[in-house]
Amino acid sequence: MTDPKTKLRRTMMFVPGNSPKMINSADIYGADSLMFDIEDSIAVTEKDTARILVAQALKSIKFHSETVVRINHPTQTPFGLDDLKVILPSKPNLIRLPKVEDISEVELVAKEIERVEKENGWPEGTINIISAIESVKGLYNVREICKHPRMVAIALGAEDFIANLKTQRTKTGIELYYVRSQILMAARDAEIQCMDTVFSDVKDMEGFEREVSNSRDMGFDGKSVIHPKQITEVHRLYTPTDTQIAKALKVLDAYDDAQKNHKGVLAVDGKMIDGPIVVRAQRVVDQASAAGVNVEEKRCLA
Amino acid sequence: MQEKMGKSLKQTATAGFEEKNDILITVSPLNAGENTVDLTSTVLHQYGRQIKKLIIDTVNDAGFKSVKINAIDKGAWDYTIKARVLGALERGMKA
Repeated sequence: MTDPKTKLRRTMMFVPGNSPKMINSADIYGADSLMFDIEDSIAVTEKDTARILVAQALKSIKFHSETVVRINHPTQTPFGLDDLKVILPSKPNLIRLPKVEDISEVELVAKEIERVEKENGWPEGTINIISAIESVKGLYNVREICKHPRMVAIALGAEDFIANLKTQRTKTGIELYYVRSQILMAARDAEIQCMDTVFSDVKDMEGFEREVSNSRDMGFDGKSVIHPKQITEVHRLYTPTDTQIAKALKVLDAYDDAQKNHKGVLAVDGKMIDGPIVVRAQRVVDQASAAGVNVEEKRCLA
Repeated sequence: MQEKMGKSLKQTATAGFEEKNDILITVSPLNAGENTVDLTSTVLHQYGRQIKKLIIDTVNDAGFKSVKINAIDKGAWDYTIKARVLGALERGMKA
């Protein structure tokens, strides 16, 4: 079984939880994770039937992608705990908690998960949690939230966060720079993954590419997406290039050679190689392998 | 032997939509008798019997008796049919 804290999560696609048509086709686009939403995309009057529809879909369809269900907030809305009662027995991989502000909210949900896992005889950790930070209060508690044992990833929910900041989204993304940095640091400290927020203008692919490249370069593990055409683009941007792979292999080979032959100082193409460079090279190779690239084929390009 | 008591609906209720891949289910309480289903479907000739059986089985398995079900199907998959029937029954139980 893949470790849920290191699983490849370049894309997490939102699927409205009350649309059979979208649920039926959700798995064909190759997203790493599918997030069935019974929160903001569902009208208050349809919450009850959306949760039943998602639960039945999870019980009946064998999805290739990781399955995630975004429930309503467990204490700030009257729906969240009922969502858990219906959704948990259908065994999604993750529960996504929106608008998390305090560790007690995570603990409440984790307790329900633990109860259902025990009732069904499932191993502990069958169902895990991803939380979304969508307010300043949540941001101030993000380090504690990230360290909960069931937390496998943290996500940024930018729309609510920006409303809370009393500003608006810009093309440069300056308004999100601090929060992106902070949740990323908290995720790395807790050794969990970090997912970037959605880019809602599906027609602006240039802007989308810029935003994905920026968050990737900051260190984010993936992006929440709202349209299938965004998936291909994220996967392309998150797959190391042939040149990057070849260079990484060269570094790793040189490191192996140095280890075997007890060489001290190590250089590749005239540049000194030390520990962090080897770690980064390994990450490039791991990312490429995870994306399905035949890494060995790239060795000849080195 | 005492006859097993079934659950009864409190009111007429609907779930689902008349949209592609969905099914609109309306459940109404009957005074007595077995569960019955009236189905309109875009795939009636191919799957009508199977859909009716799934609807009746879902209502029976949920423990309900004397329910009239009206279904307008637009090519829903089995999980959707089941979910919409369960959703309508849940709504019909609320006073």
